[in-house]
Amino acid sequence: MTALVSVRDLSVSFGETKVVSGISFDIEPGQCIAIVGESGSGKSVTARALLGLTGGTVTASRLRFDTTDIADASPRQLQRLRGRDIGFISQGALVALDPLRPVGREIADPLRLHGSLSAAGRQARVLDLLTQVGVPDPALRASQRPDELSGGLRQRAVIASAIAMQPRLLIADEPTTALDTTVQAGILDLLERLRVEGAAILLISHDLAVVSRLASHLLVMSTGRVVESGPTQRVLADPQHPYTRSLIAAVPTGRPRFSRLTSAPAAEPVPTDPAPGEPTSFEQREVLAADRLCKRFGSLRAVDDVSFSLKRGRTLGIVGESGSGKTTLARLVLALERPESGDVSLLGEPWTDVPESARRARRPRIGAIYQDALSSFDPRWTVGRILADALGGAAGVPVLLESVGLSPDSAGRRPRHLSGGQQQRVAIARAIAPRPDILVCDEPVSSLDVSVQAQVLDLLDDLQRSLRLSYLFISHDLGVVRHMSDDVLVMRDGHVVESGPTGAVFGAPQHEYTKGLIAATLQLP
Amino acid sequence: MRRLLPWIGIAALLFLLIAALAPGLLAPADPLAIHPTQSFRAPSFAHLFGTDESGRDIFTRVIHGTGASLLIGVSATAIGIGLALVFGLLAGLGPRWLDFGTTRFLEVLFAFPGLLLALLFIVVYGPGVVTSTIAVGLATAPGYARIIRSRVLVVRRAPYLEAATVLGRSWWFRLWRHLLPNVAGSLFVLVTLGIGQSIVWASSLSYLGLGAVPPAAEWGAMLSAGRTYLTSFWWMTFFPGLFIMISAVATTLVGRGLQERSRDS
Repeated sequence: MTALVSVRDLSVSFGETKVVSGISFDIEPGQCIAIVGESGSGKSVTARALLGLTGGTVTASRLRFDTTDIADASPRQLQRLRGRDIGFISQGALVALDPLRPVGREIADPLRLHGSLSAAGRQARVLDLLTQVGVPDPALRASQRPDELSGGLRQRAVIASAIAMQPRLLIADEPTTALDTTVQAGILDLLERLRVEGAAILLISHDLAVVSRLASHLLVMSTGRVVESGPTQRVLADPQHPYTRSLIAAVPTGRPRFSRLTSAPAAEPVPTDPAPGEPTSFEQREVLAADRLCKRFGSLRAVDDVSFSLKRGRTLGIVGESGSGKTTLARLVLALERPESGDVSLLGEPWTDVPESARRARRPRIGAIYQDALSSFDPRWTVGRILADALGGAAGVPVLLESVGLSPDSAGRRPRHLSGGQQQRVAIARAIAPRPDILVCDEPVSSLDVSVQAQVLDLLDDLQRSLRLSYLFISHDLGVVRHMSDDVLVMRDGHVVESGPTGAVFGAPQHEYTKGLIAATLQLP
Repeated sequence: MRRLLPWIGIAALLFLLIAALAPGLLAPADPLAIHPTQSFRAPSFAHLFGTDESGRDIFTRVIHGTGASLLIGVSATAIGIGLALVFGLLAGLGPRWLDFGTTRFLEVLFAFPGLLLALLFIVVYGPGVVTSTIAVGLATAPGYARIIRSRVLVVRRAPYLEAATVLGRSWWFRLWRHLLPNVAGSLFVLVTLGIGQSIVWASSLSYLGLGAVPPAAEWGAMLSAGRTYLTSFWWMTFFPGLFIMISAVATTLVGRGLQERSRDS
C-alpha cells in the first residue's frame, strides 16, 4: 500500500531556534503512528507542519499528503485540505471551541465549508456525528454552548467536528490529556474504530500507555529529534535509547508501592523506632480521622457520609472522576469548608469543630499541595520569599530547596519562570517547611508530563520516608493512586463506593464502579 | 519607539517637576510683575511665550504656575484614591449587604457626569483652589473605587490566599502581606494615569472661574484670562494649554510604560 502521508527530513525553526530537525515518517491508510515526547520536544509542531500551521520556517526534502506537496501548497489548497481531508483534534478542548457558538454549529462548519448538504441535511449529520462519538442526548447538546458541557463532552464535540467530513488523515494532539479514565477509554475506542474504518491517524502524546493502545509505530522525540522509532511492540519490549527507557519506567500504573519511577536512587529511610527499612511499619498512630462527613451545595450532595482514618507514615488514596466530591473532601479536611455534619479530628483532637482562632496554631500540622501550583503562590513573591515565609526565616531556604531537588539559586526566581515540575517542587517545599504530620495532595501530578510526574511522585515517596509524613492522596488517575497508596477510597457522586487496603480493593474489586474504573485504566503491554 | 515613549514621558515629568519645585531656575522674573507698556507682545526672544494684557511675561507665569497645577493634580488624585480605597475595600471585603449598599451608592455617583459632581460640590462650599481640588478628588473617586473593588474580589478568591490560610496565617497577615500589595500593584498605574486627568479637570474648573482666581499664575486661570483675546492674541491661551497637554501626555506615557512593564515581568 502506498503511504498517505510521507515526510522526509522535516525541520521547523522559529527565528534562530530550531525546534524540529530531520524528522521522517510515513503513514498508510488504516495505520496509526504516534509521536511520544515531553512538552517542548517538538511533537505538536511536527503535527502542525502537516497542516501548514506552524507559523515558523518549514524545510523538508519531502512533505506530502497524498499527491499534494504541503510545503509548496498555496493557502487555498491547504484550506481545502484542512477539515476535509485532514481532521485535527487539538489539545485543550476548553479553548478549541468558540465560547459564543452552540457546539452543533461548530461541528457543522466543515460540512458547510466543504460539503454539499442542505441545512437540514447538515443538522441530521451533526446529530449522527454526536451519536457516533458517544454524546448522550445529541439534540440537546448540539444547541448548547461549550461552557454548558463537561470537559469530556467538549473533547467529543471537537472530535465530531474533526471527523465530520470523514477525513483520510486524523491528527490527534493529546486527545485525552486531563480527561477522566473512563472518558479517555471511550475516546480511544472511538479513534480505534475510525482507524479500522480506514482513516490514517497521527497521535501525539506524552503518555506511553495511551499511545500503546492505538499505535502500531512509535516515534520517540526529545528536543526536536527522533531518538528512537519502530513498531510499538518492539520499542516497548526492547527499548534501545536511554530516553525511551526512562519514559517507560515513568509510567506508574501497575508499579508496586515504593518502587522507583526514575533512575535516581531512593533516599535512605531515616532510622525510626520500629525496624528500619520497613516504611509501612511505623507506629500505627492515627493522625487524621473523618467521621461521617457531609457537605451539600444547594441540592447537590458533594460529600455524603464519608469516614476514614489515616495512620502515621501511610498514604490514603482517594480516587474518583470529576464531580465525585474528592476536592470538596480535601477542603473539608483542610478546614477551608465547614462540614454540615460529621467532623474531622487531627492528631486525636477535634479539628473542624473548633473556631478558626483555635485551629490556627495547629495549622502547621497539616499542609497541602494542589494541581495548579503556580496559582497557589503570591505572584509578587520570589521562590526564596515564599519559602522564607513558610519557614519563618530565610536561613533554612537553601537546605529546603535542596531537599526537594532544586538548586539553591532558584530562590531568586519567580515561580512563573519555572517549569511545571519545578513549580510543584516549590509547592512541596513550602508544604513541608513547617514540618507537618500530614500532607493533603489534591491532584498533585495531573497537569504534568509522565516523566516529570514520575520525578514528583518519587520525591513525595522519599519525603514520606524521611519525614514520616502521612499523605491524603487525591487523584482521578487510578494508576497513580495505586502506586502511591497503602489504603484507598473509591468515591462517586459524593459517597464512598469501596474502601480498604489498596491491594485488596484493586486486586479483587467488589463494586461495579470500581471494576469499570480498573477496566478503563490503561497499562503498558 | 515603544520603549522610548515612557522615557520621553519621564523627561517631560522631570522638567515639570523642576518647574514646580524651583521655578526661579527656569524663569527668574516675578510672575506677577506688570509692565503696562509691554502688553500683548507676540512671542520673541525677549518674551519666549509673549506677554499678556498687563505686560506680564507668559513664559514666567506658565513656569510659576506649574507648582500650583501639579499640586492640585496630585492632591486631587490622592483624595480620589483615598476615598476609593475606603469604599473599594469595604465593598470588596465586607459582608454582602455592605458590598450591595456601597456598590449602589457608587452607581448613583456614576450617574452624574464627573464634572457636574465637582460643580455641585463647589456650589455648596464656594469656589477656590482647595474646594476645587477636593471636588476633582470626589468626582474621580467612584471610578477608582469600582476598579479597586473588582481587584479585591479577584485577589480575595485567589488560591494563594487559601494557601496562606492552610499555612496558618491570620486574616491580618493575609490582608497586609498578600491582598493589599497585589491590589496596590494595579493602583500604581492607575494613579499615574489619574494625575494627568486631574490636572485637566482642575484647569477646567479654574477656567470656569471656580478654582484659582486671576491674577494667580495657574494654567486654567490663565486660559480663562486669555479667552477674551483669543482671536487677536493666540499665545495667551496657547502656551498654558500646551503645558496642560504636556503634563497630561507625560503622565499617560509613564503610566502606559509601567502597565506594560508589569505585564512583561
